[in-house]
Amino acid sequence: MKQTYLIKGMHCASCVRGVEEAIKKVPGVSDVSVSLPAETAMVEFDLEKVDDEKVFSAVSGIGYQAALKDNAGSDDLEKEKNKDLTRLKKKVVVSLFFGALIFWGSLVGQNFFLQLILATIVQFWAGLGFYKATLPALRHRTANMDTLITIGTSAAYGFSAVATLFPGLIAQAGIEPMPYFDVSVLVIGLILLGRYFEAKARAGTSEAIKKLIGLQAKTARIVKDGKEIDVPIEEVVVENVIRVRPGEKIPVDGEILEGGSSIDESMISGESIPVDKQKGDKVIGGTINKTGTFTYKATKVGSDTVLAQIIKLVGEAQASKAPIQRIVDLISSYFVPVVIILAIITFVVWYVFGPYPAFLLALLNTVAVLIIACPCAMGLATPTAIVVGVGKGAEKGILIKDAESLEIAHKINTVIFDKTGTLTNGKPVVTDVILVSEAYPESGKKDPGQARMTEARRDDILGLAASLEKGSEHSLAEAIIQKAESEKITLSKVEKFKATPGYGVEGEICKDKVFLGNRKLMETVMMLSVDGKLAGLIAVADTVKENTKEAVEKLQKMGIEVIMITGDNEKTANAIARQVGIKRVLAEVLPDQKEAEVKKIQAEGKVVAMVGDGINDAPALASANIGIAMGSGTDVAIESAGITLVSKDLRSVISAIELSKKTMRTIRMNVAMGVLYPFFGVLLNPIFASGAMALSSISVVSNSLLLKRVKI
Amino acid sequence: MGIISEDKIIVAIVGSLGIIFTWWFFLFKKEKETAVEKEVDIIVSGGYSPEVISIQKGKTTKINFIRKDSTDCLSEVVLPDFKIRKELPLNGKVTVEINPQKSGEFGFACRMNMYHGKIIVK
Repeated sequence: MKQTYLIKGMHCASCVRGVEEAIKKVPGVSDVSVSLPAETAMVEFDLEKVDDEKVFSAVSGIGYQAALKDNAGSDDLEKEKNKDLTRLKKKVVVSLFFGALIFWGSLVGQNFFLQLILATIVQFWAGLGFYKATLPALRHRTANMDTLITIGTSAAYGFSAVATLFPGLIAQAGIEPMPYFDVSVLVIGLILLGRYFEAKARAGTSEAIKKLIGLQAKTARIVKDGKEIDVPIEEVVVENVIRVRPGEKIPVDGEILEGGSSIDESMISGESIPVDKQKGDKVIGGTINKTGTFTYKATKVGSDTVLAQIIKLVGEAQASKAPIQRIVDLISSYFVPVVIILAIITFVVWYVFGPYPAFLLALLNTVAVLIIACPCAMGLATPTAIVVGVGKGAEKGILIKDAESLEIAHKINTVIFDKTGTLTNGKPVVTDVILVSEAYPESGKKDPGQARMTEARRDDILGLAASLEKGSEHSLAEAIIQKAESEKITLSKVEKFKATPGYGVEGEICKDKVFLGNRKLMETVMMLSVDGKLAGLIAVADTVKENTKEAVEKLQKMGIEVIMITGDNEKTANAIARQVGIKRVLAEVLPDQKEAEVKKIQAEGKVVAMVGDGINDAPALASANIGIAMGSGTDVAIESAGITLVSKDLRSVISAIELSKKTMRTIRMNVAMGVLYPFFGVLLNPIFASGAMALSSISVVSNSLLLKRVKI
Repeated sequence: MGIISEDKIIVAIVGSLGIIFTWWFFLFKKEKETAVEKEVDIIVSGGYSPEVISIQKGKTTKINFIRKDSTDCLSEVVLPDFKIRKELPLNGKVTVEINPQKSGEFGFACRMNMYHGKIIVK
C-alpha cells in the first residue's frame, strides 16, 4: 500500500537522501520517494509488516519529524482519478465496439466462436470490476448494484457460452441453442459508459470547495527589521507585519496598520463592489487588494482564518445528511435483495406461464430486471444536490451549517428580524445639525459672509457638543465626536464637566456654560444650550440599511410574514418599521426575552427564521426553526446559526431561502428520476434496461449540476 | 386445464427456495461488533471490515480506512453524524478522528449509500 507522510526539518538534497534511506531500511518497505519542496515522503510498503509508527521512528531516528499527511496529497489523488477515468474510457470503447460488432453481425456474422472470444474479453476484462466488487460483498452478506450486474451478465454470458460450445446439450433440453452475447457485452458497455459520465460530472459537484481552497494565498511578504521577505504562508504567525501591494492577494486575516486600499471581497461575501479600507480596518485573507498599498498586522493565521473556517464549514455541511435522505436510505437498504427476489419471481413466472421459447424469454427478462433496478441513481439523488447547493451558497456568501438547515429553510413562512445591526446599521450617526438661536460663541462672529457664517456656527455647535461629549461614555457621544473629527473640527477644553445619566452633560467652554441634553424620539435629538439659551440641535440616529426596504417587500411578496423584534420603545420601533414596511413589531423586548417571543410565534404554527447578529441574540437564533446570523464578515462559525450570511445585505436572506427551495426541488426531481427510470426499463429488453440505468445516474448528477446555474 | 410439466414444478420450487434464501442471506445477518479502544483499521473491500465497531463516549477514537477495492462507490466514506466526508485513495490509508459526546448508533456509508457500517457509542 502507498502512504504519504509529511516530513519536517529537511533543508537540502542530502536530507532527502537521508530520509529516503532511513525509511527504506524499515523491513517491508518497497519504495520511497521524498520531495523536498512538498516536504513529503511517498512510501510504498507491505501493510502486514509496516505501520505508521515504524516509519515515524525511522524518520525521527535520524533527526527529522514525520507526520501522517491527511489523504495522500490532493495532487496524487487527482492523478489517480484521472488514471481511473482513462482506464474506464478504454473499457467503455472496447465493450461498446465489440458489442456493436456482435449486434449487427457485420464482421463476425453468425460465427459464434468469434462472438464467444469477444464476449469473454468484455466479460472478464472490462467487467472484472463487477466481479471484484461482488465477491467481497457477498462475504459480508451485502449486495449492491455490482452484484445485480454480475448475476445478470453472468447468466446471459454463461448460457450463451454453453449454447456455443455444447449446442447439443441445450437442444436436448428442448431449448434452441441460440447465444445472446450481445446482451452481456452491451450491458457491461452501457453501464460502464454511465459510470464514466457520472464520474466526470461528479467532479464538477465539488468545484465550489476547490475554488475556496484555491483562494488561499501561498506566500506572504513580511516586513521585519526594515526588510521585506517573502515567506510561505504556513510560516506567518500572529503579530507579523505584512505588506500587500496592488493586485495582490491578502494572505491572512489582520488589521491595517498603515495605508489603505479598495479591497475586492466578493469571493467571501458575494458582494461585487470593492470595500474601501483604512487604518484600523480588518482585512480578510484570500481577498484581493485592488489599488492601494498597505501594511497590516496578522491577527489570525492557519486554521483560525475566516477562509479556513468557511472551508471547514462548507466541507462539513456537504458531508451532512438531510432529513429527506433518511427515507431514501430506508428504501435503498431493502432495494437490492428485493430486486433479486423480483428477478427470481420473473424467471419462474415466465418459465411456468410464458409463451414458447419459455426458457429464453424467462432468462432475458430476468436479466433485464436485475440490470434495471440498480439503485445508484437513488443513492446519488440527495447528496449530489446538497453538495452543489451548499457550494453555490458559499460562493454567494451564504454559509450553510448542515444539510438539515438547507432543507428547513424552504419551509419558512415567518422571518423575525432583530432591529439593531440587522435592519439598521447598528451604529448611531449624526444625521442633522441645526442652528437655533443667537447664542453663538465668540469665534463664530469672525466670519464676514452670511453663508460662511452659518456654516461656521453649525461647526461651532458640533464642536462644542463634541468637546463636551469627549468626557462622556455614552454611545451617542461617539457618533458626535466621530462626526466632528470627520469634519476636522478642533475641540475645545472643557472645565467643570458633569454628566447626568439619562439627561445629558454640562461644562464650561471659554467661560461659557454649555449644556447638551436629549429628548428621546424616534431618533435622538440633542439640545445644546449656551449660557442658558438654546443654541442648536443635533440629531443622532441609527440609520436603516440601504436595501432593507426592498428585502422586506420581496419577502412579503413571497408570502412570508416579516416581524421586527427590538428592545427599543414602541414609538422608535414603529417609526423604523413604517420606514421599511414591516407591519408587525415586537417592541421593548429585553435581550433575554427574545427567545420566548420566538417560541410564542412558533406556537402560532409558524415556521420561523430568526435573523440577528448571532452574538446578542444567540438563544433566539437557536430556538427558531432556523437561525440566520448576519455576519460581521469576520466570524463565520456562529454556533447558534444554521445559516451565516457573510454580507450585511439583507437581500441575502432571500437568496438563502431561494437556494433552499431550489435545492429541495432538485432533490425531489432526482428521487423521482431514480425511481421512474427502472419502471421504463422493466418493460424493455436487457440492453435498453442497461441504457436506461446508465441514463438515470447521469441525469441525476446533471440535474444537480444545474443548481449551479440557478439565479438566487 | 393442461397438466403442468415436471420441469415447471421444479423451477417453481427452486425459485421459491431461492427467494427464501435471498431474504435470509441478506436481511437476517448477525452483526458482529468489534470493541475499539483507541484506534481501529477498517478494511474497505466489498464493504467494511469490521462493519460494526463500538467506541467509548467522550474519548477520541482514530478510525483508519484502508481501501483495497477499486469499486468507485467505495471511493468516499461518509459519516454524516460527524459531518465527515473523506475520499479514500485506492490502497491508501485515511484516518478519521472522532470524539462522540452522545451515545447511540451512528451509521457510515459509501458515497452512494450502498455499503454500510455502524459505530456504536457506549
